[in-house]
Amino acid sequence: MGLREAIKAKKFIVTSETAPPKGTDIFRMVEDARPLAGKVDAVNVTDLQSAVMRLGSLAGCYMLKQAGIDPIFQLTCRDRNRLALSSDLLSASALGIGNVLILTGDHPASGDHPGAKPVFDLDAVQLLNVARGLCQGRDMSGNKLNGKPDFCLGAVVNPCAEPIEPELIKMRKKIDSGAQFFQTQAVFDVERFGLFMDKVSKYNVPVIAGIVLLKSAKMALYMNDNVAGIYVPKALIERIDTAADKQKESVGIACGLIGRLKNICDGVHIMPIGWERLVPDIVDRAGI
Amino acid sequence: MIVTRKKETEVILGMLKGYKSVFLIGCAQCATMCKTGGEQQLCDMQALLEAEGKVATGKAILDPACHLVKVKQFAYQNKDAIKGADAILALTCGDGVQAIKDGIMGKTVLPALDTLFLGEFERGGHFSQKCVLCGECIIDKTDAICPITMCAKGLLNGPCGGSKNKKCEVDREKDCAWILIYERLKVLRKLENMEKIACPRDYSLQSRPQKVIV
Ligand code: SF4
Ligand code: SF4
Repeated sequence: MGLREAIKAKKFIVTSETAPPKGTDIFRMVEDARPLAGKVDAVNVTDLQSAVMRLGSLAGCYMLKQAGIDPIFQLTCRDRNRLALSSDLLSASALGIGNVLILTGDHPASGDHPGAKPVFDLDAVQLLNVARGLCQGRDMSGNKLNGKPDFCLGAVVNPCAEPIEPELIKMRKKIDSGAQFFQTQAVFDVERFGLFMDKVSKYNVPVIAGIVLLKSAKMALYMNDNVAGIYVPKALIERIDTAADKQKESVGIACGLIGRLKNICDGVHIMPIGWERLVPDIVDRAGI
Repeated sequence: MIVTRKKETEVILGMLKGYKSVFLIGCAQCATMCKTGGEQQLCDMQALLEAEGKVATGKAILDPACHLVKVKQFAYQNKDAIKGADAILALTCGDGVQAIKDGIMGKTVLPALDTLFLGEFERGGHFSQKCVLCGECIIDKTDAICPITMCAKGLLNGPCGGSKNKKCEVDREKDCAWILIYERLKVLRKLENMEKIACPRDYSLQSRPQKVIV
């Protein structure tokens, strides 16, 4: 099922994610993603994730579509001004890409071209409004379009941000600006995530919880120290640290989290960070 | 005020290569406050140049260097000293360098300083940037905290989701501007300001160069 249909059918949504290569060899990315066809509803293609220069999301989405996978075009405000963002949205539509996830984007300072000029001409709320306007046949200046896109628009939210209220205010603005679904930052602490869901379920917009495959204790500690809103509980860190087969344990942890999340949110977004091959097994074992 | 910093000595000497005699100009306002273009810095520069075998034909501190009429008056009164110099080295902000160029015709003017930002003087030697001169001030909505300047991404509708321990994703030493704004508005019971969607900015207001006539 494609993402739009999955949202409409109110089924438990399953999405995953892939990153385009640093270079032109896109075939490995497509081959890695191929087993996801039929297993997940849609696959995000990241847009210069962590501000590291690589092949673009739009090309990646097109290749996934050719392979029979419903892509989600990630579009960040970091690199393009309003002209380029609007134009890329039209291009996506012309290539038959129907889902767009709009994000602020990491600052270039954290990537591999730290001297790049950060653009941020629009922020995520404003870009959602622009995308919605394009779907209504108008550009930002009110000019009429010759043919208009029809996007399923999404946005992101960090459920464990601290303090949470400004994040909720921004989430409401994103909904008012046309966000039809939300994908979240990685969730490891289901109880805390549950508190967030208590606050946002009244917004009546599907929330798809982020699942990051935990690869090692080192990765967990790094995320706890450096990534906003990620808290890997001690028990999970010990579990992955002492596991003989880390991949197997990682799948087990993900399935456990999904099992507990199943009843409190509208779907899961599995971010395999290189372990794409494990995703079909997780989907099968979690029974989603 | 305009915050400046002295260029590396090698860089200054590099740009003065080929010029034997130099006239030095500082500024009594910002550059003096920044300790980059005051009396002491001019003396230091003179000593440095003389140690390199150059001749300082004179030095002066304009008040301020960015005042074209004053530069012209100064040029008239100091014709000879200026005439005898191969180049002018300006210990002023970039605007000062250009006002000197406009006011003292026919002389090469070189910048000894890097011009950094419009800043607040916090205390001796401490300056901080609070405004990037965006052309349309919006901080009535954020209780006088400028998100265009203080948020590393210049966001207008709330935090980017990357802040940790209330610090900015880009620099964990700096406060997240949007959390500061949120906390201020909350105390003032003005959170509705944050709930309103802020429209994209009109960057044509920052088109360059600008000119104002009053
Ligand atoms: S909004 Fe910010 S950058 Fe613009 S004028 Fe006001 S303080 Fe300066
Ligand atoms: S962490 Fe806060 S200040 Fe830093 S870029 Fe994000 S919103 Fe702006």
